[in-house]
Amino acid sequence: MSVKLTEEMLKALPDARGHFGAFGGRFVSETLIDSLMTLEREYLRLKDDAEFQATFDKDLADYVGRPSPLYFAERLTKKAGGAQIWLKREDLNHTGAHKVNNTIGQALLASFLGKKRIIAETGAGQHGVATATVCARLGLECHVFMGAEDVKRQSLNVYRMKLLGATVHAVQSGTKTLKDAMNDAMRDWVANVDDTFYIIGTVAGPHPYPLLVRDFQSVIGRETRRQSLVQAGKLPDALVACVGGGSNAIGMFHPFLADETVELYGVEAGGLGIETGQHAAPLCAGRPGVLHGNRTYLMEDENGQIAATHSVSAGLDYPGVGPEHSWLKDIGRAHYVSVTDDEALDGFRMLTQIEGIMPALETAHAVAYAVKLAATMDKDKMIVINISGRGDKDIHTIAQLDGIEI
Amino acid sequence: MSRIEGVMKALKDQGRKALIPYITAGDPHPDQSVGLMHTLVKAGADIIELGVPFSDPMADGPVIQLACERALVHGTTLRQVIAMVKEFRKTDDSTPIVLMGYLNPMEAMGYEAFADAAADAGVDGILTVDLPHEEADEVAPLFAARNLDPIFLMAPTTTDERIKAISEHSSGYVYYVSIKGVTGSATINVDEVAEKVAHIHNIMALPVGVGFGIRDADTAAAISRVSDGVIVGSVLVDTIARHQADPDALKKALTDLLHPMRVAMDNPAS
Repeated sequence: MSVKLTEEMLKALPDARGHFGAFGGRFVSETLIDSLMTLEREYLRLKDDAEFQATFDKDLADYVGRPSPLYFAERLTKKAGGAQIWLKREDLNHTGAHKVNNTIGQALLASFLGKKRIIAETGAGQHGVATATVCARLGLECHVFMGAEDVKRQSLNVYRMKLLGATVHAVQSGTKTLKDAMNDAMRDWVANVDDTFYIIGTVAGPHPYPLLVRDFQSVIGRETRRQSLVQAGKLPDALVACVGGGSNAIGMFHPFLADETVELYGVEAGGLGIETGQHAAPLCAGRPGVLHGNRTYLMEDENGQIAATHSVSAGLDYPGVGPEHSWLKDIGRAHYVSVTDDEALDGFRMLTQIEGIMPALETAHAVAYAVKLAATMDKDKMIVINISGRGDKDIHTIAQLDGIEI
Repeated sequence: MSRIEGVMKALKDQGRKALIPYITAGDPHPDQSVGLMHTLVKAGADIIELGVPFSDPMADGPVIQLACERALVHGTTLRQVIAMVKEFRKTDDSTPIVLMGYLNPMEAMGYEAFADAAADAGVDGILTVDLPHEEADEVAPLFAARNLDPIFLMAPTTTDERIKAISEHSSGYVYYVSIKGVTGSATINVDEVAEKVAHIHNIMALPVGVGFGIRDADTAAAISRVSDGVIVGSVLVDTIARHQADPDALKKALTDLLHPMRVAMDNPAS
């Protein structure tokens, strides 16, 4: 059952301790507390600082290329046979995904705090590339932690990061994917906390990260809201976005949370199918727990050990999710669903072949679900899919699945 | 008076300092853990920190991450760790046991069920690495009602205001993390530790155990002179890793490492 959210309520979240209802918080070792409190204090000050905001907006316009277009996908709409499908083109951003909105914001924070060394974790490599990019531009030392498994899957992005001057650390511990990359980034941060700024790529992690990443990504939803009113003359009826950690989804959803008529759909990675256990869908099939500094829905076993995840898409291959999504799920404001690897691959091919837009495999999950959803809705209804990233980085994976060597 | 308080007070009366070894429960195999705990006591341990293995120990370095992986391969669970303490208590009713780990396994078990089982087994203190006191509202009363001492961390970055707040939420002792880093990483600086521990003692009265970076008898002795206790972890766990195939050699190696620390700490002239 959905609750009516007011602007007032939304402004009060997260609360002073970083909680979204029962979720969020700051569950980290004492060594990091002081840095997180400093970051929180400085961010809350800069958030309303005219110079900081003007610099952020200018960078988004001149460097990232914002606003990104809202595009009516006419042939995809016909194919789905129901609601109009529009695409928010975050894939057209500099570096090819929504991730750069956040790295611009956090690198700016790092500069204001006088930190010269940047670390980041990455899954698919999009956040790593976006971080390496802003570091190159600002002349900051950049270290990216990436699971050894993902280094193999996303070799193109690894090379891009190296070209940009970043050092890529292949993480060999645990499952060698995104969660382990985040563990190692946290470990590096503990050891170098005086001179290092940790640019977290998603809306998870300890407070204030879920807050500040959401704020930086909310430009997606604000633009979509404005563009919908201008181009379609109304607000969308539904928004669809993929959810790994959930930064593109929260960026799209947040400015619409008080708009009751707008339904929100977060699409998780169903992997080989929820029933197989081989997936990365904590909101659909997990339960609340504590990992990486926040309480949120997790994939874990009955003893509280974090479970191995599976997804064809490295960027969704994460056992947790941003705490604000956990809250939105529990209050019933957003729907969380999943699509399988195979459905996502179909979505990838469909958008590529009938719109000439090649989405990232992460994004393809949202496409696949939106097409199914559109078919159940009337033709006068409107869906916006957040096309969170482009698929160039996934061409090797797709070719491999097709049995082609390139 | 809790068992930890009793030990700390007795040591203080004797002018000695606590030697607090850490091992990960279930490493190298769950069947060996209780035996290793007794070995640590024989070698001179005053208190044992028994690690609860977790899949994602993000405040620990590779040595303890690997120990967790070895323990988890054999399916070590929090319930089993508590059962190990119960077994240990059959023949040792005096050495305090602190469970050290991460929050999620406790949360998965259920805080009340965990507190009940831990108290029943004879656990004395709980150190949850990723649980700062601000997030401890739910567990603190459950621990207090069962005389489980909550042990919190302090770090070089901890402000005076927080030292005070943390001490108000702690009992037994506080664990001072001597270096900025994960377990088993850098080398400890005795002068810096001495200064910070003295500063902490100006603000609060609980005993301060110092951990991270203590690898040999000389360092243990030096740290014992400026604190109330010496916590030794990664170097022991590393020893376990090297002797995992031979249980008898392992006990001997642990003794050979820990006992000289005891001797050096108790003999200021050495």
